[in-house]
Amino acid sequence: MNQANIPELERIASQVRRDIVRMVHAVNSGHPGGSLGCTDFFVALYFHIMDRKEGFDMDGLNEDIFFLSNGHISPVWYSILARAGYFEVSELSTFRKLDSRLQGHPATEEGLPGIRIASGSLGQGLSVACGAAQAKKLNGENNLVFALMGDGELEEGQVWEAAMYAAHHKIDNLIATVDYNGQQIDGPTDEVMSLGDLKAKWEAFGWHVIESNGNDMDSIVKSLEHAKSLTGKAKPILNLMSTEMGYGVDFMVGTHKWHGVAPNDEQLADALAQLPETLGDY
Amino acid sequence: MTKFSYTEKQDTRSGFGAGLAELGRTNPDVVALCADLVGSLKMQEFIKENPERFFQVGIAEANMMGLAAGLTIGGKIPFTGTFANFSTGRVYDQIRQSIAYSEKNVKICASHAGLTLGEDGATHQILEDVGMMKMLPNMTVINPCDYNQTKAATIAIAEHHGPVYLRFGRPKVPIFTPADQKFEIGKALKLIEGTDVTIFATGHLVWEAIEAEAVLAEAGISAEVINIHTIKPLDVEAVLESAAKTGCVVTAEEHQMNGGLGDSIAQTLALNNPTPLEMVAVNDSFGESGTPEELMTKYGIDAKNIVEAAKRVIARK
Repeated sequence: MNQANIPELERIASQVRRDIVRMVHAVNSGHPGGSLGCTDFFVALYFHIMDRKEGFDMDGLNEDIFFLSNGHISPVWYSILARAGYFEVSELSTFRKLDSRLQGHPATEEGLPGIRIASGSLGQGLSVACGAAQAKKLNGENNLVFALMGDGELEEGQVWEAAMYAAHHKIDNLIATVDYNGQQIDGPTDEVMSLGDLKAKWEAFGWHVIESNGNDMDSIVKSLEHAKSLTGKAKPILNLMSTEMGYGVDFMVGTHKWHGVAPNDEQLADALAQLPETLGDY
Repeated sequence: MTKFSYTEKQDTRSGFGAGLAELGRTNPDVVALCADLVGSLKMQEFIKENPERFFQVGIAEANMMGLAAGLTIGGKIPFTGTFANFSTGRVYDQIRQSIAYSEKNVKICASHAGLTLGEDGATHQILEDVGMMKMLPNMTVINPCDYNQTKAATIAIAEHHGPVYLRFGRPKVPIFTPADQKFEIGKALKLIEGTDVTIFATGHLVWEAIEAEAVLAEAGISAEVINIHTIKPLDVEAVLESAAKTGCVVTAEEHQMNGGLGDSIAQTLALNNPTPLEMVAVNDSFGESGTPEELMTKYGIDAKNIVEAAKRVIARK
């Protein structure tokens, strides 16, 4: 793998964060908090870590593929996909509007390049990722499958069915990341439903667990490179990634209040003033 | 005398197992998953011959549906196997989002459907599965009638791109369809020509309809019997043509009246050509423990009930 160009990745991240707040502001709906918190992860993944082919095909043969299980952070994924060339950046302006391919939650029905499964109803993505990883093994491919889940999402039982399955079947071409921001809609996870010792839980389920800082580009790049080096060793890999919800916009940081609320006009101006326009707004 | 005869009875789930085994030999993309019911689903032959293409999921049906959706990404054609109850109600949201809405080429193969599961009782006797599955956009719903037709349907759905719900059962029932009959999805099969009443039946009730026709014939009533093995997409043309000819209709199925085949046919007729109709189905009730025969009698879904329904509906013409 090439050496990561951290300043360049940070420039992309700034633009992606601008896209996110502009998209949710434009339709006065959507989920900026988790999107902003996961921006650095997405940029590192799509612009450095993943071995991607040009264009898009649903089967994703002979390339690394990614599944977003916590589909409500669609704004960050849409921005990333557009900035990575899957579709025109101008299409971001259709987010959540009638007849758009950019549905409120990711969907395949409208044929948006880059999306392989619908997500939104939580807890399903890890199962899908496990299946896709096993298909790659059957096909004799060496490529990897990546997945992202929210931490609140771990309250869904299906996640643990998949966790048990992946270890039993030694799915070692899979790197799943948990966005560990400690927030969910009704409040901090500690108050809504304690997640306990997540590292110990995933290890007890038979996963190789690494911990990372998802809001430092250099750190998340190194963590994901390390995760890749752990593949192929008969264990699935879990990246427990600490982030702050709303990271990058000072008044949105660290609170569940911006989970699913859009900024008003003044708040948008305030946010954009904190985020340099590096690649040109859509 | 029934117009069809048989020399052997066999369970439809064994037809599924035989079809899956044949697919294992002919289609390298076919993979199978099971949630701890390999023996009940008769999947052993496929597993023995293709161990690398079988995935034991354990008792985790929600995960199984997601896995199946994921396996399609990479070109596989997954067949999931568990009881009908755990193939639908337990995993409705997983099927809805990850399979139907996502247009994934998953074949949901569901055994032990309906009352004829028998002694295990109502927890396992799902009578709502067809309704749940047919409501989902993109979903094809198939309920074959005997061993041969279930085997043929299993093979046919591998060639069809898109999600399919294939429903079959536990008890041994007469084998009366030809072993070499090709299965055409969405194409109703006219088994017996008649003029006074049409009986549209699906699944295990097709044989009951054949027996009912013989009884009606002795009473001088000419019944047409049509096997609706594909409930969705419904063969609307065949339904309308026969209903127009006979002028009245009986539907017969091992399912709730709400949401089943009768419901689909009633809708079709009401929208196109309102026709007197009687439904032989379970009337808004759960089942209970008992033998299949006892349950079909108690819940009113056997040949005798079809005969009575036919006489009632003819009187309404």
